[in-house]
Amino acid sequence: MTGKIGFILGNEAIVEGALVSGATFFAGYPITPSSEIAERASRRLPQVGGYYLQMEDEIASIAAIIGASIGGAKAFTATSGPGFSLMQENIGLAVMAEVPCVIINVQRSGPSTGLATKPAQADIMQARWGRHGDHSIIAISPSTVQECFDLIIFAFNVAETYRCPVLFMADATVGHLREGCVLRSKDEVEIINRKRPPEGLDEYYPYKADEDLVPPMATLGGHYLARFHSSSHNEKGLPTSSPEEAKDLIKRLYDKIEKNKDKIVKYKTFDVDGSDYLLIAFGGAVRAARQAALDAKKRGLKVGVLQLQTVWPFPAEYVCELAKDKKGVVVPEMNMGQIIGEVRKAVPDAIPVVGANRYDGEPLAPYEIMKALDEVLSL
Amino acid sequence: MSRRSKEVSWKAFLREESLPHQWCAGCGYGVILKSMLYAFEKSGLAPKDVVVVTGIGCWGKADDYLYTNTVHVTHGRALPIATGIKVANPSLKVLALMGDGDSATIGGNHLIHSSRRNIDVTAIIANNLNYGMTGGQYSCTTPLDSRTSTSWYGDPEPALDICRLTETAGASFVARTTVYHVGTIERYILMALSHEGFSLVEVISPCPTYFGRYNKMPKAPIMLNWLKDKAISIERAKNLSEEELSGAIVTGVFADKKGHSFLSRYNEIQARAKKDLEGE
Repeated sequence: MTGKIGFILGNEAIVEGALVSGATFFAGYPITPSSEIAERASRRLPQVGGYYLQMEDEIASIAAIIGASIGGAKAFTATSGPGFSLMQENIGLAVMAEVPCVIINVQRSGPSTGLATKPAQADIMQARWGRHGDHSIIAISPSTVQECFDLIIFAFNVAETYRCPVLFMADATVGHLREGCVLRSKDEVEIINRKRPPEGLDEYYPYKADEDLVPPMATLGGHYLARFHSSSHNEKGLPTSSPEEAKDLIKRLYDKIEKNKDKIVKYKTFDVDGSDYLLIAFGGAVRAARQAALDAKKRGLKVGVLQLQTVWPFPAEYVCELAKDKKGVVVPEMNMGQIIGEVRKAVPDAIPVVGANRYDGEPLAPYEIMKALDEVLSL
Repeated sequence: MSRRSKEVSWKAFLREESLPHQWCAGCGYGVILKSMLYAFEKSGLAPKDVVVVTGIGCWGKADDYLYTNTVHVTHGRALPIATGIKVANPSLKVLALMGDGDSATIGGNHLIHSSRRNIDVTAIIANNLNYGMTGGQYSCTTPLDSRTSTSWYGDPEPALDICRLTETAGASFVARTTVYHVGTIERYILMALSHEGFSLVEVISPCPTYFGRYNKMPKAPIMLNWLKDKAISIERAKNLSEEELSGAIVTGVFADKKGHSFLSRYNEIQARAKKDLEGE
């Protein structure tokens, strides 16, 4: 597959990227518009000695990939809105027990069963806050088929580095898009594998973190006995109700992501230097935003685009830095306005922030962003 | 009881520093735990080869007392997590320890499909006929009309027979016994551990604190006698009518079939897929 160019679906590129990452286990339950991921995984994984498991529901799917990761595999699942809702409790388990895995949500219009075949970006706050309890989370969002391939590799890398679940927030516009995609080989990309405890320790503490706040993860059947725990636990992996130990654990789980934000946050900018206005978008909406910026240029406006490839943790400091000298900001999203709240929190109050939103199951169009830009101009 | 010394003693699997355990006086779970440790000893397994997955409930505390690999997870989800572990690492002996709530009530769907899939995992179900940890509410195995903290006027729902369900769904080893019949617990667990495919041992256990207290059996000996009286071997049950078996606990081996486990089937799938790839 070295350097081969494929004309493939975003959903297919996700599977190919996962394979390059070294993923050998997929468990899922078919759901539109993510089913092509399951279909391709079911064909490709057994070819390379991996496993495809079609589980009884999405609860079992996320549970199985958590188990597979504990068992030593790189594992992933794919779903859409209703399935993503069912997975939330066990995504919390992956947070608490510190199990690396990748959960793909090819977003569709909701709520409930909504518009099954139509795109949306309305699960992005659910991605941040869908579980109960305090914690941070990583969410990554692709806007092209190439990014489906490249960013899923990045998603596996950060999951392995920080021992945590990573949410891959695609949407139907990108998942069902067919584009050219360079299918890079293993040698052409950086692949990160989870940290293992050194041999020869007198005693291995399953949840004793190194300086980077991440505990090394033991191989089952290897040198040490491993313990994984969903309840509040101490460094030995034994349950505890001590307020100090509970606080330390919650704080570490939060900090290991928030304090490594500079390594987790990935973004792209287009013509932001010297621009007067800024469009901030993620996923499928980036495509419309970039076209809108080009259209605005023809009208003599200087408009830059910030693409958030990592949406969570939200890069508030960077957004502030970039937006502080602009005359206005537009946030295009295929929802009623979710990330715009984070943008408003981040930028100085004097700068107008306007949303360009669509939530009828149709992809956002450049002219709609232009309309929002006109609103900013009129302020 | 004197035991022949083995290469790895049952004590090697016990986390003594976590004792005394937190189960109530008269609870049968300590008996099941020790029987499981004896079975580990006889199986020839080493602690590092064993992975015990537990869910939530009184029996879900069992991992606290084990010196094996342990994975403590969400309520009802021990089986799909055990499935992932086993598939990713087939050399491990993977057990899922669940109560009646974990296995058959909230996790019932996974129990059916793990049986059907015939996944190479051993389920040890400790059934105390109610939700002990949350204060004695009824579960799907609580006998019809029993009083619990949420069925004060009698449980309106009939009980589910875990063994009949899983046998029908395709589990290839299924056995049931009670804490009264202590010797059989170890024997059945040992049989389950050496079985290829999905194996399940259900042990009915006394809960004098809740189920017993609410149903005029507030002491362990009364509950043990009740288990003894209710138990009918599967061989004897074959000659009894449905009426005669009403309320009985049928014990014994329900299924012990050799055949295709999930992993052996998937090995064939991988071989076909590799051939397909080479043909491309």
